[in-house]
Amino acid sequence: MCLAVPGKVVKLSGETAEVDFGGVVRAASIRFTPKVKPGSYVLVHAGFAIQELDPQDALKTLEAFRDIYEQGK
Amino acid sequence: MAETEKIRLAHGSGGRLSRELVDKVFLRYFGGSELARLDDAAVLSASSRRLAFTTDAYVVQPLFFPGGDIGRIAVCGTVNDLSVKGAKPKWISAAFVLEEGLPIADLKRICASMRRAAQEAGVEIVTGDTKVVEKGKADGIFIATAGVGEISGSAVIGAAKVQPGDAVLVSGPVGAHGVAVLNARHGLGLKSAIKSDAAPLNALTAAVLKASRNVHAMRDLTRGGLAGALVEIAGSAGVGIELEAEAVPVSEQVRAASALLGLDPLYSANEGRLVCFVPKKDAQSVLKAMHSRPEGRGAAIVGHVPGRARGGAVLLKTGVGGARKLILAEGEQLPRIC
Amino acid sequence: MNRANRRSAGAGFSLQDAPTAARIAAALDECVKTLKKPVSFMEVCGTHTVAIAMGGIRSLLPRGVKLLSGPGCPVCVTAPRDIDRLHHTASRKGVILATFGDMVRVRGSRGSLESCRENGADIRVVYSPLDAVELARENHGSKVVFAGVGFETTAPAIAASVLEAARLGLKNFYVYPLMKLVPPALETVLSGGGAAVDGLLLPGHVSAVIGLRPYAFAAGRHKVPCVVAGFEPLDILRAIHMLLRQLAEGRSVVENEYERAVKTEGNPMAMKAIDEVFRPADGLWRSLGVIPGSGLVFRKDFASFDAEKFFQPPDFPNAEPKGCLCGAVLTGRAAPADCRLFGKKCTPADPVGPCMVSSEGACAAWYRYGGN
Repeated sequence: MCLAVPGKVVKLSGETAEVDFGGVVRAASIRFTPKVKPGSYVLVHAGFAIQELDPQDALKTLEAFRDIYEQGK
Repeated sequence: MAETEKIRLAHGSGGRLSRELVDKVFLRYFGGSELARLDDAAVLSASSRRLAFTTDAYVVQPLFFPGGDIGRIAVCGTVNDLSVKGAKPKWISAAFVLEEGLPIADLKRICASMRRAAQEAGVEIVTGDTKVVEKGKADGIFIATAGVGEISGSAVIGAAKVQPGDAVLVSGPVGAHGVAVLNARHGLGLKSAIKSDAAPLNALTAAVLKASRNVHAMRDLTRGGLAGALVEIAGSAGVGIELEAEAVPVSEQVRAASALLGLDPLYSANEGRLVCFVPKKDAQSVLKAMHSRPEGRGAAIVGHVPGRARGGAVLLKTGVGGARKLILAEGEQLPRIC
Repeated sequence: MNRANRRSAGAGFSLQDAPTAARIAAALDECVKTLKKPVSFMEVCGTHTVAIAMGGIRSLLPRGVKLLSGPGCPVCVTAPRDIDRLHHTASRKGVILATFGDMVRVRGSRGSLESCRENGADIRVVYSPLDAVELARENHGSKVVFAGVGFETTAPAIAASVLEAARLGLKNFYVYPLMKLVPPALETVLSGGGAAVDGLLLPGHVSAVIGLRPYAFAAGRHKVPCVVAGFEPLDILRAIHMLLRQLAEGRSVVENEYERAVKTEGNPMAMKAIDEVFRPADGLWRSLGVIPGSGLVFRKDFASFDAEKFFQPPDFPNAEPKGCLCGAVLTGRAAPADCRLFGKKCTPADPVGPCMVSSEGACAAWYRYGGN
């Protein structure tokens, strides 16, 4: 129901971040993710970062795919 | 005619201001020998007995966008319609419907862009017309064109000739024009290097036709995107087309912008891309020919025609090994958040 | 085109991969063998519906696993009456109506916002509600009304735009509050208003905001396995795998497949913004009727931004289209193809029901991508 796209914070000024979505940059508000810094990954919906993404968790997801993959063999 | 001047109704009246507009704008940019005569019709000498003839109308908002403008797509679109029929585009007409209040500087910019595109394509703008409508009755400027091209030889190419066993090639990354215009039109605030792909394709089609004598069909991709063109061709030819999602070239930036705006690059507009059907045995040489041209550098083989299908069908094989049917788009794509 | 590159989607990992998908599908086959009867899972979220259709996921599922679409498309569930009221407001002199692109073609009984624009209304498509605030700032002489459609994912953005307008002291910015809340709708589906569902594929981005706790009732009281899922094809396959495992083991809990984006507690700051500006109230859903506590309305302190209150559009009757099965489709009781209107009288070009209107509606997704 809601498109949200991961991107990387490249610049911060106040509550606004420039977020890079693979070569496309758009401003997003970080009012809901105030701890992000340049280099952080965020999930952006309708111009707002709604969650900071943890690359460690992303690795866990990949690991989980691999586990099921092994079962499917 | 000062740069700050705007189009007035009198510019279309046939009087002094009309004449001034013709002299200072149209003749300045399109002043080839034929147009300069300002006769009622251009008189042309064709060297071929077979001619291709096309017409098209252009409306776009905004008039200027990254990588192009309404003038460029008017010339390129006309050139490309002729080129994909195997013709060598030669002559173009242009009729302008101007809205009262259009800055004359904008008109000049559009005409300069048309001249540039015509030069790139090696075509001549030989006749034209201008009308002015009241403010609010048009969207800045509308351009209607016609084009004539010469066809050498007797080969017929067209959608109906597409056959089972054909390979499907696309001449470069798709979807950039649609994304560039959408972002500019709605002020969506995306910053990227995405530019319209608007370009004349006649040199590319000439290279393709030189590389293979068995080209069955070519189609320039316009508003309905790659998906729209394939669905139409499948319908005309009564064939099934299988498209490999992973093989369709889409630039990383167009992919990213599409994900952000909820668009499908397969349905995004293009103004400088074509799809081509040739027997599989010729696919590699045609691909090589495309790669030899700058506008075909990103060309790829994206699918094939497995067999006949009544009414036509286009199946997209997805990256994860699934499959889905493509149909015509419903209206223009809009950015969505859901 | 570098594949690893283009699938990286920012965080540097690949989630679309045919061999892995095929292996996961094989793992699903193994799981299904342990089940005694076919199962139906509901994908609650419209973005899942589209991802499933676009990825051709159904073609990868074992026999005996059926996916039903749920009420998770905010545009689809906007009541015809509310579309009519937006239409009425947009048609007033001096009003600029700002909306997400999704809403533009949705029809009420008076037509869509697109038809409204054809008749001279000033309709602007925006990407963010903050863009609507910006419009209000740039157009002092006009009243800018934002069509406030969305679930919990979008509500914080809408709340923040109201807070921003308040901070800027704007007197010409309004929001039409049409937001909906997901858990109350799930309660309706599970407590008899919907199909027998053996598991819920829960919306990843709503959950990024509200966290996992609001779904406890589904796994607890209703004993339905729940998995919050991401949106890549592999996420969806893995979530289905997790649901099958819960069934096989006789468990029903709320699990999180989308751990890279969804925290147990959600995003408390986003929730706080919603709570500051809005309060829950009964919500009118297209085809589902009034669901208690499923809407959001302005709190008193922010009432001056309430478009409904300021413009007071007439209370149009809520005319649902005849013969349309959307109500059943939205609750998983019918598949789009079960409807007699589907693909005949009702197509994306000329939609009758809400599920055909939005590109993420179940019927539109079936029509465009094929159901199976």
